Amino acid sequence: MNIVVLLKMVPDVVEELEIAPDSKSLDASSVRMILSERDDHALEEALLLKERYGGTVTALAVEAPDVDDALFTALAKGADRAIKILGTSVTTSATARLFSQILPTVAGPADLILTGVQAIDDLDGFMAPILSRLLGLPYLGVVTAVKVADRTAIVVREYAGGVRGEFEVPLPAVLGIQSAEQPPRYVPVAKVRAAMKSQKIEAISAPALAQPTVVEILQMTKPEVAGRAEILEGSSEEVAEKVCEILFARGLLQKR
Amino acid sequence: MPNPTTVTYFGIPGYLILWLVALASVSLFGRRVWHYVGILRRARPENRWDRPRQRLQLVFTYVLGQRKLFDEPVIGIAHFFVFWAFVFYASGFFWNLLKGLFPVMPIPYADDLPAMAFALEVLGGCALVALIVAATRRYIFTPPRLERSRDATLILGLIALVLMSLLSGQAFKVLREGHGTPWSPIGTLLGQALTSLGAAPASASTLYLWAWWIHMVTVLGFLAYLPYSKHLHLLVAPFNVFFGSLQRGGVPAASEGAARLEEFTWRQLLNALACAECGRCDRVCPAFNSGFALSPKMIVHSIKELLWTHTPGGEIIGDTVKPEELWACTACYACMERCPVLNEHVPLIVEMRRALVAQGEIDQRLQEALTHLTRYGNSFGQSDRARATWTQGLDFTIKDARKEPVEYLWFVGDYASYDARVQEITRAAARVFHAAGLDFGILYEGERNAGNDVRRVGEEGLFEMLREKNLQALDRAQFQQVVTTDPHTYHALKNEYNWSSTNGRGRVLHHTELLDILIQTGKLPIRRHREYTVTYHDPCYLGRCNGVYAPPRRVLSALGAKILEMPRSFRNSYCCGAGGGRIWMEEPPQLRERPSESRVREAVALRDAQYLVVACPKDVVMFSDAVKTTKNEERIAVREIIELVAEAL
Amino acid sequence: MTGNIWVLAEHWRGQISEITYELLVLGRELARDLGVGLQAVLLGHNAQSLGSTLGGADSVLYVDHPALAEPTPEAYAYALAHLLTERRPKGLLIPLTNLSMDVGALVEAPFVNACKDVRLVDGRLQARCVLYGGKIEAVVVPAGEPTIFGIVPGVRPAERVDRTPPIETVSVPLPEVLKVRWKSYVEPEAGDINITKQDVLVAVGRGIQDRENLTLAEELAAALGGAVCGSRPVIDQGWLPPSRQIGRSGVIVKPKLYIAAGISGAPEHVEGMKNSELIIAINTDPKAPIFNLAHYGIVADALEVLPALTAAIRAKQG
Repeated sequence: MNIVVLLKMVPDVVEELEIAPDSKSLDASSVRMILSERDDHALEEALLLKERYGGTVTALAVEAPDVDDALFTALAKGADRAIKILGTSVTTSATARLFSQILPTVAGPADLILTGVQAIDDLDGFMAPILSRLLGLPYLGVVTAVKVADRTAIVVREYAGGVRGEFEVPLPAVLGIQSAEQPPRYVPVAKVRAAMKSQKIEAISAPALAQPTVVEILQMTKPEVAGRAEILEGSSEEVAEKVCEILFARGLLQKR
Repeated sequence: MPNPTTVTYFGIPGYLILWLVALASVSLFGRRVWHYVGILRRARPENRWDRPRQRLQLVFTYVLGQRKLFDEPVIGIAHFFVFWAFVFYASGFFWNLLKGLFPVMPIPYADDLPAMAFALEVLGGCALVALIVAATRRYIFTPPRLERSRDATLILGLIALVLMSLLSGQAFKVLREGHGTPWSPIGTLLGQALTSLGAAPASASTLYLWAWWIHMVTVLGFLAYLPYSKHLHLLVAPFNVFFGSLQRGGVPAASEGAARLEEFTWRQLLNALACAECGRCDRVCPAFNSGFALSPKMIVHSIKELLWTHTPGGEIIGDTVKPEELWACTACYACMERCPVLNEHVPLIVEMRRALVAQGEIDQRLQEALTHLTRYGNSFGQSDRARATWTQGLDFTIKDARKEPVEYLWFVGDYASYDARVQEITRAAARVFHAAGLDFGILYEGERNAGNDVRRVGEEGLFEMLREKNLQALDRAQFQQVVTTDPHTYHALKNEYNWSSTNGRGRVLHHTELLDILIQTGKLPIRRHREYTVTYHDPCYLGRCNGVYAPPRRVLSALGAKILEMPRSFRNSYCCGAGGGRIWMEEPPQLRERPSESRVREAVALRDAQYLVVACPKDVVMFSDAVKTTKNEERIAVREIIELVAEAL
Repeated sequence: MTGNIWVLAEHWRGQISEITYELLVLGRELARDLGVGLQAVLLGHNAQSLGSTLGGADSVLYVDHPALAEPTPEAYAYALAHLLTERRPKGLLIPLTNLSMDVGALVEAPFVNACKDVRLVDGRLQARCVLYGGKIEAVVVPAGEPTIFGIVPGVRPAERVDRTPPIETVSVPLPEVLKVRWKSYVEPEAGDINITKQDVLVAVGRGIQDRENLTLAEELAAALGGAVCGSRPVIDQGWLPPSRQIGRSGVIVKPKLYIAAGISGAPEHVEGMKNSELIIAINTDPKAPIFNLAHYGIVADALEVLPALTAAIRAKQG
């Protein structure tokens, strides 16, 4: 089984993100990129499937700062190929379009295309469903487990309150992974360093694609509630009253 | 007395019988020893031939001097006599064996030499008393972790037989001669007793022959049995000690870890052969005593079991050693401090942890910590850019050692930098250094976790990465000495950073050492002496691993503190439970008592100690928690030594 | 009919989801400002009766098809795409829940994700989106219509309007056999509740002092429809099972509301709850680190505040 995992670098929210002077984008100097958390789960699921059913795992990512680290880590964890698409792609939908152009030619015929169900910078859609639409492949998201028999995958999708749904998905298909069947594995630093020495990231140039704006950013701001708590003062009863108002405003308390 | 090997027995000359028995014994012995030597030769290499003079020193202290055994004094003295009796009996035996095999040799039997006879008898007598002490301890006042095994009983019996057969032989000599000599005190005593009981001098020769043969056959049997029993330690221990580690608190050289027998180094396997299964390691192990899965003794024993059977490719981890045992170790080195034969439990555990890390088989919390350390250089998962935010509460600016030269480079460490509970103490340290007029600076965002615990978790690659990054940052800075408040950082920087090869500068000081110097040179005037009674907890990596015991105590005395020592202090200090990466791991359910809680109770039991003084950021965290969980908030408070100094300025 | 505001009526296992009523409130504001109609889009099979609860909308567009009996995104997207092309609304609000989040992206239409608010500004629909784990907000305008807005939960207080709206049944030619086929539901294993799935958590720490005081937290949790969890000392004392432990050695939770009562905010604990959407901390120590993280803080004894809060909430709920 050939599995392609789409990886994306996103700003690490551990860092204090700053807004650029144009007030429409992030200040690049404040940004440090990290592999999107859900994509890490997608990679883990792909590796688990490879271990279970054999085949190959190809990790594919668009060029971004520190993307090499993520790709070498994928190789160290057990991915067979790592491909980096040179060029930039700003939005989720544009990236999906880019992948849809490249996938059939570069990564070979894939049985499963896995990626994170969402990322913290998704503004104009989600990668997996858009890609599935462009490729004309079946799709399922919020996936937490995959089994494969013949040319069909039994896929588990997560709902609220611990309820899950089981679906039958014919292959090839695109899946948006919520969480892998086990937490993403640890790969020791020495293995990553060894991969950097002995393995190669294949680099290919991106086809020139029009990147129409789907969503235009007018302004970026930091959210109002941040930093030190707003202290509610007064007697217990007064404070309780204030808390009720806050809960009410947030829809956490309904009048019946 | 007749020569027992020139006498014929049922027409067979004695020497022939001795030859047969000796060959049988030696071949059994040799076969087994050859088996072990073969395994050791196929094991991974490790250089333990360096600094031979220091190694001989180890043999003098720990083999001939039996130093570690005196940590448990009663059995220590008993073992001392048994050991020395063994040395003399063994030499006497081989002498006699030689003479017995080659009766033509123009030498007397060893026990016929007055001086040797004297030594054998006196030591033999002492050793017999020691055996009674040992048997009483093993069977009546059994300490925990000592087993009443058949093996042990057999050995005790054999030793007694060896001693008694020789002593009775001496007595029969006296019986025959009719008079004793001052060189044969016990023989004389026993011989005269026999005479007074009416034993016929004529029967003495026959009885002597019996005693002689019983002695020789018992020793030869002992020899054959030895390599199949735990008493192999008496042959292996001297080598084990000679090849012991010359670095306190050490870890194995970089490796990919060991999960199978052939992946260990020969010295690591030698541990198993040297182990006498005395249980001292378990008795001082904080993990064991808290109810964790770990028994350092069983770790070593598991390897011994594999050496017995030697199934190549046999997995140690999983089959005989469970991962949770390996993860329970706090790398406090108490076991190694106690081990009479200088076994190296912690390196063994680290070696096996490396194999687990290589497989990615680590607990979720630890994985998180390591991932954070890889990415941000700290285990807290906070940005490395925020490393110096603790300085924001100060009313002066700390120099950036990367930008301007400083005398002291303060390597702050993770917990001191990031932990909200410790930051105030870190600021106190800054204020004290500032008040002393110290020319100091920090590396700000350039600093990473020093890697001490990362290394002991078994993530050697990450340790190397952290060390590289720190050395790069240090190389760019200008300073004369390094100071740190964190003993773990201290140990890594001082002993595991190979300064000499990369950076010629710099002595590494713990802040207690620096405070001691500052107070003694009058740079840090103590203005307010306080009358308080404290007890001081020796951090593992400051005390046991680096021998820094006096400076913190001198500082406390200078402050006017009266120091009460806990029963477990100095090199016997009891770990708080945070080391070896334990602070990043989940705790198993149903622990009897956390190490930190045991320690707090120990401090509280001193009754008069107002403060449990610590000199390690992790101790602050661990013991503050333990004081609360043991509900001792009213009785004792945890104070970092620097806080007391700050108050006294 | 063109230019209306639509709301995707999320329903699951025979019930309209709470968030649908939140979206109808937001949709009503937009429809009013635009001067257009508000329509709820109900997709299902034999689910027409649910339409009667959608009184917040002017009317309900109902598509009935066996393929829509269970929530398969593919069928939903197929039906929505058809409706969007045919009816050309101005905007469609869909809930960003596990159930509905990806339906919007499956449809070929401009999609605005993670909206915490949508307003009409200068004649254009403008959304405020939550990005980077809540660290940044972006004010955006979509480039085309109809626009699909993915709305985060809690955007407006849910409101039920007691009125039966007219229901228009629309026939959509769905393929009989879909590529992705729903098979079954898998129910969670019985046992202790899963606190990671709770929207509201009342967490107790050392500050609650005694086991008996746990009931104060339980009562508050019951009033808010949530569960009680705790920091390490509480679990260590055996007052709560380990499955309720938050933090490094427990679980990581991201509820909508996290009330930290008597918790100082040790890093080990904070790691497990820092991403909660709303954190209210009660602690006697004004310097407790929990206040650096909480959105709202109350410097008082949790044992006094908890019952007062429970009483106030009960009074509000009537």
